[in-house]
Amino acid sequence: MQGPDIPRLFAVIMERGVPAALQITFFGLGLGLLAGLSLALMRVYGTAPMRTFAELYEKTLRGIPVLVLIYIFTFGVPGLFWFVDPLSRPIVGAYVALGIRSAAYQSQIFRGAILSVGEGQVLAARSLGMTNFQAQVYIVLPQAFKIALPAWSNEYAVVIKDSSFASDVGVFEILKVSLNITASDPRLWLPAMLVVTLIYFIFTYPVTRYFGKKGGGMAQVGREIVWQ
Amino acid sequence: MSDIVLRVEDVWKSFGDLQVLRGISFDVAESEVKVIFGPSGSGKSTLLRCINYLDPPDKGEIYLRGKRLGDPDTDINKIRSRIGFVFQHFNLFAHLKAIDNVAIGPEKVLGLSKEEARERAMRALKHVKMDKWADHYPAQLSGGQQQRVGIARALAMETDVILFDEPTSALDPELIGEVLQTMLDIAKEGTTMVVVTHEMGFARSVADEMIFIDGGVIVERGTPHHFFTSPESERVQQFLHKLDELYGQTRDERRTIAERDQE
Repeated sequence: MQGPDIPRLFAVIMERGVPAALQITFFGLGLGLLAGLSLALMRVYGTAPMRTFAELYEKTLRGIPVLVLIYIFTFGVPGLFWFVDPLSRPIVGAYVALGIRSAAYQSQIFRGAILSVGEGQVLAARSLGMTNFQAQVYIVLPQAFKIALPAWSNEYAVVIKDSSFASDVGVFEILKVSLNITASDPRLWLPAMLVVTLIYFIFTYPVTRYFGKKGGGMAQVGREIVWQ
Repeated sequence: MSDIVLRVEDVWKSFGDLQVLRGISFDVAESEVKVIFGPSGSGKSTLLRCINYLDPPDKGEIYLRGKRLGDPDTDINKIRSRIGFVFQHFNLFAHLKAIDNVAIGPEKVLGLSKEEARERAMRALKHVKMDKWADHYPAQLSGGQQQRVGIARALAMETDVILFDEPTSALDPELIGEVLQTMLDIAKEGTTMVVVTHEMGFARSVADEMIFIDGGVIVERGTPHHFFTSPESERVQQFLHKLDELYGQTRDERRTIAERDQE
């Protein structure tokens, strides 16, 4: 009897599972970025009700298991994505579920990054005659994005791993594809899971290592920041 | 009347229960250098922030060339672009090179083209003798160099007046000289300046008028000659004496060390 064909397993999962996983990650992170950045700006610069809303949002969303969110946005509210092809509704539900949860975490990442830019630079920008918006766009956010990069790369790793929960609502991503393979031959359980592990590793480790270590291309020198 | 650049009229400001400014008034004429000094906590920095409406006054008016700040029909951002500000802690933009720190205002606020803005920024950097450092980031510059870039940033906007908020008090003693020299140079060229500082040497050589503030009010005002020969109020005498004790002594000490080194 032959051992399992690992390279073939790898190829099949890469080909059939990875595209959906990356899609979920891309849209989840993207939605999380837009919403998270808005929440962060609300928390730092917003009025009292905006701050309260953002804070409540963060607390609530961080308290809900991601699988529950995915169920809510797929089976929980069936007509929610009426404009989407029915076959694509589960994956869209996964985008949204992961996106709105990631927003809660990205809000915290960006809030910290925005605050670390420092009020002095905002004052300097305003004293040049920049509007608040210009000060954000030209001064605060370019720095905040760089400062946020290590934490943000970590959030990417979280989202791509959590995209595996979409297997539970029938999305053919990495885990679902390998589960289908093991269903046809239970002896493939271990090799399939090892391959899955390897694939997630390939898609997370280089990214988190690169950005985590480089610190977004910045080195701290005293209290100042050197941009390289 | 027409050569009044800046008019500060009965400015009041409080933070909670704390009355920081209690009715400050003065005019600044074209090319005038006004030095404001006084003990810490007397409201000097708050006054400067009120003048460019970063912290609008509770009561009182600020006029820039006759235009009232805070009027509904005046664009405060436009007015602010005509009031330079040099900060105690420089507040340079950490992600921008020196040249871009200086060019970003003319480009994004005044609407100059990128080339024009950079040209103007380079001129301003040359003015403060920082053109050789144009491609360095703030963190790669000494405090004195950073402050000179801060001054260039204000100069490049070609403002009506520049406000200086203790520009040398965050600097190591050996870096103060280069910044003061830069300020002396631009003062002598006719830049209208309002300078909050304890550098009495600077005040003595270029101030047209000095204003002593304590407890949120103007205690005494006059020429440097007046202050250094016959200050009236006891409070001013004490304060000047303290400054002299503090800085005068260290200067003497420095000289003795230098003399010792020579022997």
